[in-house]
Order: sequence, then structure tokens, then C-alpha cells
Amino acid sequence: MIDVSYYPGCSLEGTAKDYKESIETVCERVGIKLHELEDWNCCGATAAHSLSHKAAINLSARNLELAEKAGMDLVIPCALCFNRMKAAEKALLGPYRREYPYRFEGTIKIWDLLDFFCQDRVKAEIAKRFKRPLKGLKPVCYYGCMANRPPTITDSRNWENPTNMDELLSFLGAEVIDWPYKTDCCGASHVVARPDIVFNLVYKLFDMAERVGANCIVVSCQMCQANLDMYQDEINKKFNRDFYFPILYFTELVGMAIGEKQVKRWLNKHFVSAKPLIEGAGLSL
Amino acid sequence: MSAQSAQTIVPDYSFLRKVEFESKIKASACFQCRKCSNGCPVTFAMDYYPDQILRFIHLGLEDLVLNCVTIWVCASCETCTTRCPNEIDIAGLMDYLKETAKKKGIGIKDNKTYMFHQVFLDDLKKRGRVHELRLMNEYMLKTGEGIRKLKDDSWKQDLKLGLGMFTKGRLPLLPKGIKNKKEIRKILENID
Repeated sequence: MIDVSYYPGCSLEGTAKDYKESIETVCERVGIKLHELEDWNCCGATAAHSLSHKAAINLSARNLELAEKAGMDLVIPCALCFNRMKAAEKALLGPYRREYPYRFEGTIKIWDLLDFFCQDRVKAEIAKRFKRPLKGLKPVCYYGCMANRPPTITDSRNWENPTNMDELLSFLGAEVIDWPYKTDCCGASHVVARPDIVFNLVYKLFDMAERVGANCIVVSCQMCQANLDMYQDEINKKFNRDFYFPILYFTELVGMAIGEKQVKRWLNKHFVSAKPLIEGAGLSL
Repeated sequence: MSAQSAQTIVPDYSFLRKVEFESKIKASACFQCRKCSNGCPVTFAMDYYPDQILRFIHLGLEDLVLNCVTIWVCASCETCTTRCPNEIDIAGLMDYLKETAKKKGIGIKDNKTYMFHQVFLDDLKKRGRVHELRLMNEYMLKTGEGIRKLKDDSWKQDLKLGLGMFTKGRLPLLPKGIKNKKEIRKILENID
């Protein structure tokens, strides 16, 4: 059993409930015990770091202080929450730490959930429960921005061409396709005030995914998932195309590979149905 | 002063010094290689390229950079910061400029991006966590986007997505809060 602290973040309590359910179930199945951080607060997201550098650091710093007291490594599924916690970590360990009221000594590690899953010890647990290879799924891995950039904050070693998700999905038997837009931006929260920007960015992603012959896009960030999944219809209309890309979380693929029954329920919460893809690949759930 | 005007600009380095002192970001290290603008995914929506913003800061064109669209279009994807050969945190600089513009009340009227951020922080201040449904309602009311959508019929698409979310169990009606709300209010007290 691997014990870790867990920071779900606000959207996993709401619009990304599908991600939350898949994470919690799959972790339990592969022997990861998630301890939700007690009384965690919102990291402040883009709003806080846009309007107040200091408040943004403090919001995340409060969570880090709580996590360090809990004494276990901290796992964070949302890429932006992860990025904000890492920014606070650097601030609290850096030369200006006295400007903040919170303390963090760096005795625990802050993990991006995907990176956590890509450890050999977790893969070994998955291997023990492996039911069937995900043959017929031809995903491109879409990592997004925040889990890797900037490396001075995230401590990523492979920020221009991350490969950990590619390796994990290949390990699950999926026919992973390489592509050049792994870490290109989807526009994230611009979808509220500037959907025009998001539609342009996401259209380019779909166009490339189609050109390289992918039949689905796999993500590890719920903001990427929402922008690619919820607006696929509108983007098709706007650009006169007929893209069909189920947008799947990597945790859902892990669930499929270990024969988890609840996968179907999670997939039903997406807007673009994965049913034709799954049936076409002969992977009925 | 507009960037296009033909008049001579006498560089005033006091703005550059202020930016570097307050943001702790070394803007003067820019030698205009333009790598930031080449990798930026959202230049199509900007009025000035990121490298131009750096140049304007060098020249002391404070009004121009605080009034521009670019700082609000920046999606904070961190590509520029990651690739800058002189290790300038350009995305961080965009944040610093947004914060300064807000403090001075420049360029924030009818600025939906700014209003979204503000509504987000207001919601966060109430419970220590953000509730997406309330956040969106508040945003629609405050910006007048709700009225616009009613008029041009685009509310139908929003309703479709909202109902979809709701029936899929992804739109809880009740918010969750934290115990220590006071502490969060204190963190956020000086950003109004």
C-alpha cells in the first residue's frame, strides 16, 4: 500500500467529477491510498496569479503547510493546481520566503498525478491486475502546459517532449501515436471570457490529431478535457469539420486495462461518446 | 504615446527600474531575439507581440503596456518563460503588468478577462473554494454576457451544455466550503 496526501482541487468537486471518480477508484484498485488533505483551499488558479502575485503564493502556501504537517508526499491531479503548488514551493524555499507568513521546509514531494502513476512501483501494481491490452485505441497524448512548464517551477526533465504518458499507455497496450502538439496550449480558462481564442487553439489540436491518424486524445488535466470535449460540436460547426475524438483521462484507460466495471459510468459523463470508439476497437466494457 | 507615432521617443528607464524592483524579474536582460513571440500560441489575438512589450518596458512606455490587450490575452502557458535564452519570466511579467493595471484601474473597464478573474476571487473569498455554477452565474450577471446571450440566442448553446453537465452529475448545486474561511479572507483582503 502506498500512502499519499491528495489535493483534488475545486473543479474535481464539480465539473470534473468523472476525473475524480476514476482517480479514486483506480488508485484504490492499484494499492494507492489517497488521504484527502484536510481543510484544503482553492489554489487561486489563473485569477489569483493574474491579479496578485502575493495572494496567489499564499493561497497555495497554506495548502503546502497543511500537507507538510500531514507528513506524506502530496499528489495533485489538476495540472494548474500542481503548477501553483510548485510555484509556492519555490517561493517558500527561495530567497524571498520571509515575505510570506507560511512555512514549508521541503520535506515532502509534490507530485503531478500522471508522474506519480508512471513510477515503476505503480506500474508493477497495475501489471499484477492487468486484464487486457487496449489494442485498437490509437491515442495521442495531450499533456497540456502546466504539468511541465516552466521546468524551473515544475522540475520537469522533459518539458518540450514529455514521454511519460506515452510510455504508460503503451504499457497498457494502446497503440500510442507520436505527435508534435503534446504540450501546446488549449487556452484553459479563456474559454469563459474569450472562447474565440480557445476554439482556434483546440481546432489546431484536432486538425493535427486527425493528420497523424489518432482515434482518441488522452489527457491528464480536467481543463484540457473540458475544452476539447465540451466544445467539439461547436468547433466542428465553426470550422466546418467532422472531428470525432473521445477525450479520455489516462486514469480511465488504466481502469479499462485492469477491467474496472465503473469505467462505463465515467465515460458516460463525457460529452463526446466513447462508445463507437470502444466498440470499434472490440473493447466492450 | 502610441507605438506607431513618428515622434522621437526619449527612453525613460525609471519604469524599467520600477518593473524590475517590484516584480523581481530581470526585464532588462531582453536582447530582442523574439523567441517568446515565435513560440507564443496566442499572438493572433494580441495587439503587440511579447517581445514588443519587453521593448516598450525598456523605453518607459508605461501607458502603452498597461493599456494593451496583449497582457490580458496571455494564456499563461509559460512557453515564453520556458524558452527565453536570458531566463526572463515573461509570463510572470505579463501577470505583473495585469496586477499593476488593475491597481491603477487602467484597461479593466469592459474587460471580460479581468472581470472573470475578479468574480473568481470574490467567489473564492466566500468559502475558500470555488463553486463553478455560482461563478458562472455571477460572471454572466456582472459582465452583461447573460443579457447579450439572451438577445443573440447563444444562450441556447449554453443551456444545452449546462443541462448536459447537470444530467451527467457534473454540476452540483450546493457549494462546499472550508472551515478556516477567515484565513482565506485575510490572504485576499488587499485585492479589491
